[in-house]
Amino acid sequence: MPGAPSVGLVALALLAQLLRIATPYLLAAAGGVVAERGGMMSLGLEGYMLTGACAAAFGAAATGSASGGVAAGAVGGAAAAALFALATVRARADQIITAIAINLLAVGATRFALRVAFGSSSNSPRIPGFGGLDPLVVGGLLVMPVLAAAIARTRFGLRLRAAGERPDAATAAGIDVARIRIVAVLLSGALAGLGGAYLALDQHQFTDEMTAGRGFIALAAVIFGRWAPLRVGVACLVFAAAETLELHLQLTSAVPSQFVSMIPYALTIVALIRGSGGRSPAPAALGRWER
Amino acid sequence: MTDRPIPTSTRPDATAPSPASALALSGIRKTFGSVVADDDASLAVAPGEIHALVGENGAGKSTLMRIASGLLAPDAGRVTIGGRDVTGWSVTDAIAAGVGMVHQHFLLVPTLTVADNVVLGREPGRGPLYDPAEARRAVQALVDATALEVAVSQRVADCSVGEAQRVEILKALYRGARILILDEPTAVLAPPEVERLWTVLRAHRASGGSVVLITHKLDEVSAISDIVTVMRAGRTVARMPTATTTPSALARLIVGTERATPTTTSTATRAPREAAAPLALDVRDLVVLDPRGRRAVAGVTLAIERGEIVGIAGVEGNGQRELIEAIAGLRAASAGTIAIDGLRIERATVRARRDAGLAHIPEDRQRHGLVLPFSIAENLALDDRARYRASPFGLGLDRVAIDDGARRGISALDIRPAEPTRAVATLSGGNQQKVVVARETAGVGRNDTPLRVLLAAHPTRGVDVGAVATIHARLRDARDAGRAVLLVSAELTELLALADRIVVMLRGRIVATFTRGDVTLAALGDAMTGAR
Amino acid sequence: MLPVAALRRQRLTEAVLPVAIAAAIALIAGDLLILAVGQAPATVYRLLLEGTWGNGYGTGQVLYKATTLIFTGLAVSVPLAAGMFNIGAESQLAAGGFAAGTVGMLLAPTTPAPLAVAICLLAAAAGGALVGAVPGLLIARTGANEVITTIMLNVIVLSALNWAVAAHLHVPETLHTPTIRAGTVPRLGALVPSLRGSAANWTVLLALLVVAATGWLVVRSRPGFAIRAVGSAPEAAATAGISVARTRVGAFIVGGALAGLGAANFVLGYKHYYEDGFAGGSGYLGIAVALAGRGRPIGIVLAALAFATLSQGGLAIHAVVPKQIADVLQAVVILVVAAATPVVARRLGEPPA
Repeated sequence: MPGAPSVGLVALALLAQLLRIATPYLLAAAGGVVAERGGMMSLGLEGYMLTGACAAAFGAAATGSASGGVAAGAVGGAAAAALFALATVRARADQIITAIAINLLAVGATRFALRVAFGSSSNSPRIPGFGGLDPLVVGGLLVMPVLAAAIARTRFGLRLRAAGERPDAATAAGIDVARIRIVAVLLSGALAGLGGAYLALDQHQFTDEMTAGRGFIALAAVIFGRWAPLRVGVACLVFAAAETLELHLQLTSAVPSQFVSMIPYALTIVALIRGSGGRSPAPAALGRWER
Repeated sequence: MTDRPIPTSTRPDATAPSPASALALSGIRKTFGSVVADDDASLAVAPGEIHALVGENGAGKSTLMRIASGLLAPDAGRVTIGGRDVTGWSVTDAIAAGVGMVHQHFLLVPTLTVADNVVLGREPGRGPLYDPAEARRAVQALVDATALEVAVSQRVADCSVGEAQRVEILKALYRGARILILDEPTAVLAPPEVERLWTVLRAHRASGGSVVLITHKLDEVSAISDIVTVMRAGRTVARMPTATTTPSALARLIVGTERATPTTTSTATRAPREAAAPLALDVRDLVVLDPRGRRAVAGVTLAIERGEIVGIAGVEGNGQRELIEAIAGLRAASAGTIAIDGLRIERATVRARRDAGLAHIPEDRQRHGLVLPFSIAENLALDDRARYRASPFGLGLDRVAIDDGARRGISALDIRPAEPTRAVATLSGGNQQKVVVARETAGVGRNDTPLRVLLAAHPTRGVDVGAVATIHARLRDARDAGRAVLLVSAELTELLALADRIVVMLRGRIVATFTRGDVTLAALGDAMTGAR
Repeated sequence: MLPVAALRRQRLTEAVLPVAIAAAIALIAGDLLILAVGQAPATVYRLLLEGTWGNGYGTGQVLYKATTLIFTGLAVSVPLAAGMFNIGAESQLAAGGFAAGTVGMLLAPTTPAPLAVAICLLAAAAGGALVGAVPGLLIARTGANEVITTIMLNVIVLSALNWAVAAHLHVPETLHTPTIRAGTVPRLGALVPSLRGSAANWTVLLALLVVAATGWLVVRSRPGFAIRAVGSAPEAAATAGISVARTRVGAFIVGGALAGLGAANFVLGYKHYYEDGFAGGSGYLGIAVALAGRGRPIGIVLAALAFATLSQGGLAIHAVVPKQIADVLQAVVILVVAAATPVVARRLGEPPA
C-alpha cells in the first residue's frame, strides 16, 4: 500500500512500545512504594528484579511455560527480599549497606547459577514467553490503582502507613511493626521479581545484568512520585517515555542518547531538592525503628 | 536527707483490702542499663475512682504506668488485674483487658486522620478491608457521647495540642478502656481545657471506670482525685484518700524533707549598672516561626543586665525552646533584634555568637549538648578554641593543652570519674550535664572570650541532687561575677531559688514579670495557665 | 563502669568480630559453591593462593587492584565518619581518571616527570572532588538524601563521560582517549623483577601514604574532629558552633578527591589513557572495603588486599570454578558484616548511656 502509515498507527505503535518499557518500572516501583510506605528503604529493588529475572528463566525452562516463569520470578524476587528482611529486621543491619550487598550478591549469584546450569555466564538458552497479550503488561497497568486502593482501604494498608510514619505509635496501638515491615519487604521483592520476570520472558532469555539499573529508575520513580502510587505510576510512564524517545533519537542523533538516558536521574535529583524544603513527603520513619 | 516516720495511715500497702482491685502493681523493679527507674513501686486502683499518682520528675511514675499498660515488662514484681496475674503482658493484652494509656508525648500518626488514629489496631471493615467511612461514623458517635470535641476527618498533624490529647483519650475509650491512665495530661492544656478534661474524667468515673492521673501538680490532686499515691526515687512511699491530706503534706512526702517552700539563697547583690552601659542581653520584638509557619515566639522583648539571673517560667510548649534556640543561633528569627553588650547578633552564626561571649546549656544534653562517643576532654574542647590548635598549619590538635583544659574543667565541677579520656556515654546523667556546664561556663568560643551571656535550658533535668547543687552554685558564681544568665526551667522551685527576676511565657509572649521579692507559687501558676 | 582499658578492648572486639564471622561464613559459602560444581574446596583454595600470592605476576595484580580499592575505600570512609554514605565513588573515580587523562594528554611531552605527575594527580583529585562536592552541597543546602543523589549522579556523570569520550575524544575503534604525553607513573616491575608483567605501579606507595595521611586527618586533626563530631552528634556540634553544613560539604569534597586520586592507578600507572568504564565497580567495592575495614587505616588496607585477592583469585581458578564465585563471596562478606555488627554490639553490651 503506498504512502506513509497513518499517524494513528504510528502513535499506537509508540504507545505499545512505551507500555512494554514501562511494565518493569511499574511493577518494581509498586514494590518500592509498598516497602517504603512501611518504612523500609528499597535500594535493593535492582537485586530483587535481577534475581526474579533469573528465576523466571529457570522456571520457564523447567516448566516449559511462561506462567511457570512468572511464578518463579515472583518467588525469586521474594527470596532475595527475604534475605534483606532477615538482615535488616531481625539483625537490625544497616539498610543501605545490606541493599548494596544484596544487589552485588544478585549479580554474582545469577552469573554463577547461569554458568553452572547452562555453561555460559552471560546468556541462558531461549525460553518461552507470552504470545499475544502479555499478562504482566496488564498487571503493570493495574498494579498502581490496585495498590492505591489497597493502601487506603485495607487493614494492612492502614497499618503499613502507621508503621512507616510513627512505628512507636503503631506499637502502642498493638501492631507488630516488625511483622508488617517483613511482609512489606517480601511483597516488594515479589513485585520487583515480577518486573524482572517480564524482562526475561519478553526477551526470551536471561542475560547477564539484564536489569541494567531499572531497579534504581523504579526507586527514582517512587521518589519523584512522592510515594503515592498513582503519581509514581505517572512517573514511571514519564521515564518510560524518555527511554522510548532515546531509542528513537539514536537514529536521528539530534540529541546525544546519553543525555536522554540521564533524564530520569536528573529529574529525581530535582524532585529531592524541591521536596526537601520544609516538610519532606517521604514516610517519616523511613529507615528508622523509633520515631 | 532525714525522713520523718510516715504515719500508719499513709504507709504504702498496695494490696490493702479494697473493693475488687481493678488494677494492682506490687514490688515493681525496672532498670534501664545502670539507671534504676522503679525500685519497689506499687499501685492499686479500684473501679469507680480517680487515682492520682504524684512525685517529682524522675520518681518513676511514667515507667510504672508503662509497665501497667504493657509497653514495658518489669524486672521484678507483680501486675494483676481483677486478681489475675498478668505480669509482663503486652500492649494488646492490656488493651483487651480494658487498660488504656494516654501518653505524655502523644503516640499518634500525624499523616492519618483522627478517625484513622482512633481505630488503628481495631479497624472496622469486612475481612482484610478497612472502611474509613464506618470508622468516621463510629468515632463521631463516641465524640458525641463523651463531649470530647474534635473533627474526626481532620489530619492529626493539623490538630492543636488539646485536640490531639482528646484523640488519645478517644483511642483508649474506643478500645473499651475501663482504666484510663493519663500521663501529665495538663502539661500542655490551657485552663478551660483542663476543666473540660475534668468533666470527661468525672463522667468516666460515674460510668464505673477508673482513672490513674500521673501528675506533679498538687492543685490538680485536690481538684479531681479520690485517692493519691506518692512515689519518690522509684519507690511508693504513701497512699491515702485525697480528703485526708493537704498539698503541703503531700509536698513533704514528695520531696522527702521538711521543706515545704523553697529556700531563697541569694548571695551577693548585683553590681549596680552604669547608666550608659549596654545591656548584657537585649532582645526586642523577637518573632520566631515554627516549621508550619505559626508564631512560636510572637514578639518577645527581654532585657537582662550584667550580674542578673532571669528565669523563664511557663508550661512546656509556649515558645521557650524556640526563644532560646533563636538567641543561641540554632534557629532563625523572622523579625526582631538581639544584642549582646550592644553588639547586634541576630544575623550572626552560632560560632560568631559564641565568640562574642554567648554560651548555651541546651535542653537535651544527649543530643544537643554532648557527642556521646567522644571523651570528656573532647567534649570540653568541642568549640574549637584557638589555643588547642597545633601544627601543621593549625590543622592539628594540641592534645596536651586539651588534656590540661579538661582537668581544670573536671576539678572545677567535680566530674566523676575524673578521667579526661573516658567516653561521656558512660557517665551518669548528672556528670554528663556537669561536662556541658563546665564547657559553657568557662571562656567560650574560639578565643576563650569571657562568658557574657549564658542561656541555660532546664539545666538540672534528670540530674541527681548532688550535681544539682554543683550546677546551681556554678550559675550563681556566674551571676556574681557579673555575667547575665537566662534560665528556662519547668521546676518552679529552681526558678524561685536562683532567679532575680522571673518572666512568664504563654503562647509565645511574655505575660508577667515578677521580681524576687514579690513572687508566689500561686501567682506564677496563674500567670502560666493564663488564669487571671 | 568498665575501666578504660577494658572499654578499648571491647571496642576492638566489636570492630574485628563481625569481620571474622563474615570471613568464616564466606569460607563456608565458598565450600558449598565449590562442591556444587563438583570440585574439592581444598584444591580450589590452593589454586587461588597459588594464582595470587604464590607467584610474582599474581602478587603484582593483587597489589594493583588493592591500590584502587584503598582509594575508593577511603573515599567512602571519610564521608561515613561525617555520618553520610558516599555511593558515588564510582563516578568520582571515573571523573578523576578523565581529568588526569585529558590533562596528561594536553601536557607537553618535555614536562619534567615529577611535575607532570604532580599536575596530573592534582587534576585527578580535582575531578573527583568536583563530582563529590555535588551531593555534599545538596545535603548541606537542601537536605537532599545523599544516598539517592550519589546513586543518581553516578549514572549522570558516567553517561556524560561516556558521551565525551565516544563523541569527541576517543581513539578510533576504541573507547579510550589518546595516550597521555606526560605524567606516567612507572611500573613496579622495573624495580622488583618478580612483579614484572603485572600492572602494579608506584601508585601503591602513594596509596599507603594517603591512607596514613587520611588516618591522621580523621583522627588527629581539627577538621577530622569536626567531621567526627558532626557524624556522631550534629546537633551538639551545631550548639558548640561547628558549621554542620560546611563540614558535610568538606567531607564529601575530600572523599571525592580521594576517589579521583585512585584513578592514577589505571590512567597514570597502567594503561596511560582514560578508558570508558575503567572503574569497573571499584567504586562500589570501596563501600565494602570501608565497611570491612571498619573505617580504620589498617583495616582498609587489609580489606582492600583481601577483596583484591578474591578478585584476582577468581581469575586464577576460572578454569576449574566459575570466577563469579568471587563476586558472590564478596557480597556475602558485606552482608554478614552488616548483619553481624549490630548483633555483636548488642551482645557485648553497649556502654550505659
